[in-house]
Amino acid sequence: MKTSHPITADRVLREAQTLRWKIGATFHDDLVESLYKEASRLADRAVTRPGDTPRFDLDRTVDRIVTSRVWGFPLMLLLFAGVFWITIAGANVPSRWLATLLLDTVLPLLKQFSASLGLPRWIDGLCLDGMYRATAWVVSVMLPPMAIFFPLFTLLEDFGYLPRVAFNLDRWFKRAGAHGKQSLTMMMGFGCNAAGVVATRIIDSPRERLIAMLTNNFALCNGRWPTQILIASIFIGATAPPLLAGLVSAAAVVGVALLGILASLATSWGLSRTVLRGEVSTFSLELPPYRPPRFWQTIYTSLIDRTLFVLWRAVVFAVPAGAVIWLVANLQVGGTSVAGHLIDWLNPLGVLIGLNGVILLAYVIAIPANEIVIPAVLVLTVLMTGTTGVGEGAGVLFELDSHQATLQLLKAGGWTLLTGVNLMLFSLLHNPCSTTLYTIYKESGSWRWTVVAALLPLAMGLVVTFFVAQVWRVVAP
Amino acid sequence: MSTTPSVAPESACTGCPAHHLSNLRRLGVEMEDWDYVVALAGNPNVGKSTVFNSLTGLRQHTGNWPGKTVTRAEGGFEFGKQRYKIVDLPGTYSLLATSPDEEVARDFILFGQPDVTVVVVDATRLERNLNLALQVLEITPRVVVCLNLMDQARRLGLQVDDRRLARDLGIPVVPATARYREGLDTLLQAIAGVATGDIVGKPHRSLQEPPALRKALTTLVEHLTQLHPGLPNPRWVALRLLDGDERITAAVRSGEIADLATAQGRPLPTAPAAASAA
Repeated sequence: MKTSHPITADRVLREAQTLRWKIGATFHDDLVESLYKEASRLADRAVTRPGDTPRFDLDRTVDRIVTSRVWGFPLMLLLFAGVFWITIAGANVPSRWLATLLLDTVLPLLKQFSASLGLPRWIDGLCLDGMYRATAWVVSVMLPPMAIFFPLFTLLEDFGYLPRVAFNLDRWFKRAGAHGKQSLTMMMGFGCNAAGVVATRIIDSPRERLIAMLTNNFALCNGRWPTQILIASIFIGATAPPLLAGLVSAAAVVGVALLGILASLATSWGLSRTVLRGEVSTFSLELPPYRPPRFWQTIYTSLIDRTLFVLWRAVVFAVPAGAVIWLVANLQVGGTSVAGHLIDWLNPLGVLIGLNGVILLAYVIAIPANEIVIPAVLVLTVLMTGTTGVGEGAGVLFELDSHQATLQLLKAGGWTLLTGVNLMLFSLLHNPCSTTLYTIYKESGSWRWTVVAALLPLAMGLVVTFFVAQVWRVVAP
Repeated sequence: MSTTPSVAPESACTGCPAHHLSNLRRLGVEMEDWDYVVALAGNPNVGKSTVFNSLTGLRQHTGNWPGKTVTRAEGGFEFGKQRYKIVDLPGTYSLLATSPDEEVARDFILFGQPDVTVVVVDATRLERNLNLALQVLEITPRVVVCLNLMDQARRLGLQVDDRRLARDLGIPVVPATARYREGLDTLLQAIAGVATGDIVGKPHRSLQEPPALRKALTTLVEHLTQLHPGLPNPRWVALRLLDGDERITAAVRSGEIADLATAQGRPLPTAPAAASAA
């Protein structure tokens, strides 16, 4: 080399260019190979293996069963059905306790207190009948199922089962033209869709990542599990003999969750064959070893991090929603409440798709958080039917003592089994909550895709419930 | 601290614990300024987040699946009167930067210039995990290997000789079971030792390369060192250039690579220098 030339960055780069041609095309592979060889040499020196490792084989045997083509899916369904059954069976009683405590004991005390202060009627109504009751309802209806469901789910996760589910589903996602890792982001979506959308960062290809984002909403989230569980218990479970009611309800919830997976696959397939065409990337999915979960720590952290976190979010949204509901139910325009006008206006569409105006209005109020759909539905139903004996006046979110009473009320509001079924379907297939939409906007950086993410599932929900309603009305007596 | 750096330790276990976990003060995310920056690297699903959480007292959700951490999380702790900022990098199998998460991890180790990089490795899958550790060692000698999941290894009947590994690698190796806070004491000492310069890693770079490559490397390394004296990892940079790595090519062209020469060439890291790494 001529040393008279000064060494510049450009010269070094040019040199690298020339040398690259001299060293041969296999240089990269050679390099990686030498790295592997060295790693293997060092590992061999450091690790002493026993003659045989029986426990290793235990892991493999378990894997062979849970990821087998024959047993993989049935086992998965059984496991999840079991989790839901425990949730449904276990949550009823504590729900009732909480309702009795918060509404039959604490509320009268608060009422007395506000009366002793001589507060105007509307302040008392807005704060206690609106905001306090909405919050109390959310706590009593959501806390028990979440406190059972989340720890169970977290235990499964810590044990290492979820990657096996992802492994089972991977094949299907690939066939749908999506990335196999989408099965993992969907698993996250079963907790929270906003979290699931953020998790799509593990997908490298922008095309596949967008598909994963747009379809994450089809994974039932925390806010929607309680709706599914409640409606399944009072409508579907009620059609079965009492002994089987819990199992049948659990099966219905699993059915809806499966339908969500199907919708996710179908939408991915549709997108990857139209607007988001492209190659499927390959990747390696590592199945981690099974690890015995640390039981008490898992229970503790899932209660603190997941249950209380979600509950707090629900309460934060329930407080203003309670105020809004109380206001639309009490503000009168032309002799009818604002809510009445809105419900009348939405009712024709609602009936057409096997729902009603009340449910659609509740979904509008619940755009910020799916958690408050059911409370909103119940109070609006009372308002419209003027049912006496439940609720205590226009716009009061109330607690019903048992599933039976809820059923009675909803029937008085004109609900049938079809309404229940379609509500479960619509709860699965509708626009994501505003938090998820905002997350999609932030992650995709595109308003257009955010609008698609909102309208696509909504359109699917309208179409599906419409067809179910038409078929039902023809087939059912 | 001001004495000349000592020779590489025989093993991670440099004497008995002089410090204890009780000296550890978790700072969560309340980090105003720090004395040292620590990066946490490792393959996916080896317990990086668990180590991160037990050091910072934060509760990053950990889960038994790969790819839990897609972005880098930051937290802090105080140990032996020094404040450390710790950055949890995404789990990767290599640093060849073929995917965004690998790029995040590599760029931080290279350009973020952490004072210490802790490579968390799975003791039950040592061979595959060492690939990454070796790649990190190519970039920086300021490395501590945390041999995690020792309980799993014992369960499988594996005997992992951490002292031999430490000697072979030329850097501290700390056996640990982060889930049960086992070995964290020693890990903290090793981190502190590397950060303050009391422990200086001397990685053995015994990778064999074909003769044609060796010649090309020698030329490039020579010129890179002339261009930027004090560049801590000229061989690695040369390899990346030969491989046509765009990020590194750009860094050489713009002179960004020179910052590494000045910053990592410093004899001992001091607080302001560490802060500039952000």
